[in-house]
Amino acid sequence: MSALQRLFKFHGGVKPAYNKEASTGLPIAVAPTPTLLVIPLHQSIGGMPRPLVKAGERVLKGQRIGGADGNASSAVHASTSGAVVAVEMRLMPHTSGLSALCVVIEPDGRDEWIARQPFDFRKASPTQTRDYLRDAGVVGLGGAVFPTHLKLNPGKHGKLDTLVLNGAECEPFITCDDVLMRERAETILKGAIIMREMLSARQVLIGIEDNKPEAIAAMEIAAQAANQAAGDLAMQVVSVPTRYPAGGAKQLIRVLTGIEVPHGKRSTDYGVQCFNVGTAYAVYEAIALGQPLISRIVTVAGNVGQARNYEALFGTPMRDLVALCDPLPDSDRVIMGGPMMGLLMPGDEVPVVKATNCVLVGSRKLFPPPPPEMPCIRCGECAKACPADLQPFEMYWFSRAKIFGKAQEYKLFDCIECGCCAYVCPSHIPLVDYYRFAKSEIWAREVDKEAADIARERYEFRLLREEREKQEKAAKLAAKTAAGREKAAAAIAEAAKPAATPEDDTKKALIAAALERAKAQKEQVHPGNVSNLTPEQEAEVTAIEARRAEIREMAKPHLRQDD
Amino acid sequence: MLEAILVMAFGALVLGAALGYAAVRFRVEGDPLVEKIDAILPQTQCGQCGFPGCKPYAQAIAKGEAEINQCPPGGEEGIHKLADLLGREFKSLSAEHGIEKPKSVAVIDEQVCIGCTLCIQACPVDAIVGAAKQMHTVVAPLCTGCELCLPPCPVDCISMQSTGESVENWKWKYPVVKINPAQREST
Repeated sequence: MSALQRLFKFHGGVKPAYNKEASTGLPIAVAPTPTLLVIPLHQSIGGMPRPLVKAGERVLKGQRIGGADGNASSAVHASTSGAVVAVEMRLMPHTSGLSALCVVIEPDGRDEWIARQPFDFRKASPTQTRDYLRDAGVVGLGGAVFPTHLKLNPGKHGKLDTLVLNGAECEPFITCDDVLMRERAETILKGAIIMREMLSARQVLIGIEDNKPEAIAAMEIAAQAANQAAGDLAMQVVSVPTRYPAGGAKQLIRVLTGIEVPHGKRSTDYGVQCFNVGTAYAVYEAIALGQPLISRIVTVAGNVGQARNYEALFGTPMRDLVALCDPLPDSDRVIMGGPMMGLLMPGDEVPVVKATNCVLVGSRKLFPPPPPEMPCIRCGECAKACPADLQPFEMYWFSRAKIFGKAQEYKLFDCIECGCCAYVCPSHIPLVDYYRFAKSEIWAREVDKEAADIARERYEFRLLREEREKQEKAAKLAAKTAAGREKAAAAIAEAAKPAATPEDDTKKALIAAALERAKAQKEQVHPGNVSNLTPEQEAEVTAIEARRAEIREMAKPHLRQDD
Repeated sequence: MLEAILVMAFGALVLGAALGYAAVRFRVEGDPLVEKIDAILPQTQCGQCGFPGCKPYAQAIAKGEAEINQCPPGGEEGIHKLADLLGREFKSLSAEHGIEKPKSVAVIDEQVCIGCTLCIQACPVDAIVGAAKQMHTVVAPLCTGCELCLPPCPVDCISMQSTGESVENWKWKYPVVKINPAQREST
């Protein structure tokens, strides 16, 4: 089948040393449960999930501990059963070395699952299925951790042409997808069948780099079986030439289908959607077995005695995985991901998360410090190597000069940070570092601008409100004075009337009677504290009364003035 | 001769009518320059510039009545942007108007607050909620950090707290050129 497939090429790319053999020699091993799991709540693109558990609570394996914050987010689950020790800030597997909210779980060793029930996605509406996957915490396991439920949407046409399964795994050292395909090909394809139905895709193309013959063979056998069972030829395994970064979504789509997704468009606009093979596996586990995403395959490689792939629970400290592989004594750093795109970790105690496809142990010998950065000589090698068809040197100059608008005009945000440009640069310029710097500055500015717009709106509304209140007050005051004048005018008119009508007389009599009653009542009431007084106190009270009367007299002219 | 004058007069009339119509039809509401300046200003509404808000300051700049370096929250970058927009010379931030501080938000110590509503009246963006004799609190995402609520508080229960860095808003640093680390190591 693969022989019939016409392949296309993407621009640029490099061929670094692959270093993959070391970790493919042994089958996947299950990493032992650590003594303490630190599970970060924010493990995917999108909103930060809300914690659903408190310290002291007991949780079961697969229990939701972080609820998705809105639709563009993904839930987080307890990796094993145990007690929640704390919900607190812990060091994140992030280059910044900053902390974020994590749920710390002390496993009880019983590994007790929640009630697991398969989800019948054929009976459920697509929205229900997507909500289920969001709450099962399924995200893209290729490394970008984009919530899968958002991508399992066929778009405006209601169906897609091609579902691409990404098994290219182009980054050096990483073999987690390779071994997953070798050992669990059938399950991956079961997940692919679910995805294909959800997207109503005509065909499924499984792209695997040709340096993984074992994975290709295993996947081909599974694909043939799946095709026979379905009675069509929808599943095709395609061997793609080994060239970094063939595993980039846009690059793989281009190689397999010839479609170049332009700037600002999505691949679904062209009838193609791409998922990592590990994601397909996770979708199967979530839907067919009712198991949320709580573990993944992690390659431990680099400066270790025995590199190997482990199935590790999220929250396992990277240090524990490294310790299983006899790290060499000169190891001095841990990188999450590969040598091209990986992120340097602030320490080896950080936990394995959904994005951790590889724990790469480094040393000065394995990754020597880069030669000093020299000035750009405008050779254009980076443009030749760029798989996103960008002009890296232009973006570099503008990022370096902090002219971010221009950098954006050169489509900085289409850069996938693959590192090809920096790899080929004869001046050893850390180009990707400049792009990352520029991107985060632009994002920060956008956030600031949004905040400023809100502040402006609120400030203008406040001014408007103050103005309105002023006017309302003025109107009220005007109405009051008008009413007072009318009353005065009426009183004058009353006085001017020559004779009182009998009706008025009765009214006056009534008022006089009421006044009389009030006076009598007042006289009856005596203040309680003036009875049983000593003569001195009585004298004091009289003096005070006299003073009060005096003051009243003095105040009278003022009161009249006020009236 | 008369014909030529008539033709020219007719032409002038037609063009005049067209221009007059265009002036009415495509009238520009407000001052676009003020809008552009206002878009650069950080909208803190703190009044440190000496004007009662960002918009009045923008109007003053547009009229040439104010310098471009009177906005501490906008910082050096804001001054650069204003200088670029207006074609004026860059000037460093004027010290009498204040200094550039990291972004912070007001936080009310709820144990101490007596519910006097003075801070609510002072807040230019209505970011403080509460009622008389009830506890007040700041809606942090809306707070611009203008510090205008600090002076009216009779019990000094409001403090400014830096928003700090989190994994979400962390920024990649500008790549620093290390001077020949390879050579230094070899020696």
